[in-house]
Amino acid sequence: MESTSSSNIALLRERRLPRFLKALFSSPAGMVGALIMLTVVLVAILAPQLSPYDADKLAMRSRLKPPSFQALNPGEAPHFFGTDSMGRDLFSRVLFGARISLLLGLTASLLGAVFGVTLGMLSGYYGGRVDSIVSWLINVQMAFPFTLLAIFIIAIFGGGFVKLITVLAWATWVNYARIMRGQVIAIKDSDYVHAAYAMGARPTRVMFLHILPNAVSPLTVVATFTFASVILQEAALSFLGLGVDIRIPTWGSMISDGRSYLQTAWWIATLPGIALLITALGANLVGDWLRDYFDPRLSVQ
Amino acid sequence: MSTYVFRRLIQGFLTFLGVSGLVFVMGHLTGDPIRLMVPETATREQREEVRKRLGLDRPVLVQYGIFLGNLAHGDLGRSYLQRQEVSDLVFGRMPATLELALVSMLISIVISIPLGVFVALKRNTPWDLLGSALALIGQAMPNFWFGMVLIVIFSVELKWLPISGRGTFAQLVLPAVTLAMASVGYFTRLMRSCMLDVLGQDYMRTARSKGATERTIVMRHGLKNALIPVVTMVGMQFGNVLTGAFIIEMVFAWPGIGRLGVNSLFERDFPVIQGVIILSSVVFVLSNLLVDILYSILDPRISLE
Repeated sequence: MESTSSSNIALLRERRLPRFLKALFSSPAGMVGALIMLTVVLVAILAPQLSPYDADKLAMRSRLKPPSFQALNPGEAPHFFGTDSMGRDLFSRVLFGARISLLLGLTASLLGAVFGVTLGMLSGYYGGRVDSIVSWLINVQMAFPFTLLAIFIIAIFGGGFVKLITVLAWATWVNYARIMRGQVIAIKDSDYVHAAYAMGARPTRVMFLHILPNAVSPLTVVATFTFASVILQEAALSFLGLGVDIRIPTWGSMISDGRSYLQTAWWIATLPGIALLITALGANLVGDWLRDYFDPRLSVQ
Repeated sequence: MSTYVFRRLIQGFLTFLGVSGLVFVMGHLTGDPIRLMVPETATREQREEVRKRLGLDRPVLVQYGIFLGNLAHGDLGRSYLQRQEVSDLVFGRMPATLELALVSMLISIVISIPLGVFVALKRNTPWDLLGSALALIGQAMPNFWFGMVLIVIFSVELKWLPISGRGTFAQLVLPAVTLAMASVGYFTRLMRSCMLDVLGQDYMRTARSKGATERTIVMRHGLKNALIPVVTMVGMQFGNVLTGAFIIEMVFAWPGIGRLGVNSLFERDFPVIQGVIILSSVVFVLSNLLVDILYSILDPRISLE
């Protein structure tokens, strides 16, 4: 009995991936999103191999050169995206920028998930006073203009990578907590949860082994959209000069840099912004598709 | 109905208390503001005198009590640097921010509601695809960047509109359109899916079978019902627009409270920062409250829950 049921589960798992891929291939929007994300990940990994120039190398003699497919000097690579105010190759910097965006986006949305899922779980599971407190926290946080809150925190504690991630994670936990709370309330009275109690499971076991796995789908969707919003937020903070160290190439700081040259060198602000836009678009497309995939009622429409 | 409104009012007040407490506590984690207010050469005694004059030498809890008491009177303290009442400073800048936020909300509603209905009615045609794609791009766009692109196109290249500032109608156009874009994508997609939801309902079929004209069906039975969730989201989005305004104000040098807040942060002018955050969260809480009440009027089922 034991062995047949586990082999059945294994069979189901085996079929799950092909079904997932088949559904993805049959959705053009989902495919576009997945391809964008794949490309961004590859670019981030291969940035040193792909970039024609050293992203940090200053070259004062070739500052503010417009994008071109022709090399400035014979034997050199062309500056596809032009150069910035310090003569650095913008194309190489945009490639490296993918690393920071991905890293910040992933870590901040995961950290926010851990915090938000825990609070949402407790709030939905125990209800009553716990729920009132968590709901109050959610309301307080949502009544803050995020940008101002983030600037506030960074101004107090200083900038830097770790602090930036903390601030961005702080901004996202609410998304997870709200979804998680709703999921727990919907799931906690189902038969399999009661069955788990009947078999002597404790609350923590029920929460993490029975309820959480059943809430993974909506959480994944939230995580995808959160990732997109985090990378946009990071860029906004970098734009205000509150992001990571200014020497590290990020899309936000490049856009910010280009602001002083809008009248003379449009490409400095414009091109990194397009990279950012495409990445956020990819994440949103994947999120949309995942939502339809997990909840087929929506895609019937 | 009235108990519901009362409960929401209490909730709003508690939220506000949380915000003010958090702001106060964080403001006091920020190093020593005295350092910024006195010249490098000031003696210890001079520093202490300034500290005393501003009440920064009292226990933190006492300071918070005084802070709340003053807040109740609408007194937000004095700016460290500008030698002006914070309430005057903040309220003086509020109209500019509200003007920007409201005009951009108006732009996004005027564009996205008809667009959303249109793409819903043209479902699965190239129009739908085009509309939805535009909405998606609008949502994924960093809006401060979009503002700069607009500056490059309309101010630098075409020279049609001014780059920054406030006062004339021409100066309002670029910031308001920039700010509107973020919500246009969102509202259009929302309107489309709400409309699709409604189009499949039984009462639509009933209306059709009674022989109502297509126009009546779409407008009276369809749009009216599809608008209910959209109204809520418009209200919730107002807070986001306000937040978005903070950054847009920096791009276009728009003299609103966002720019005031950001500049004060760089100068560590706490009373002003506190004032900006508190006032904007009050606006936010109030607008959510209004939306909830409006929602319960539109859909009486809500207040029964």
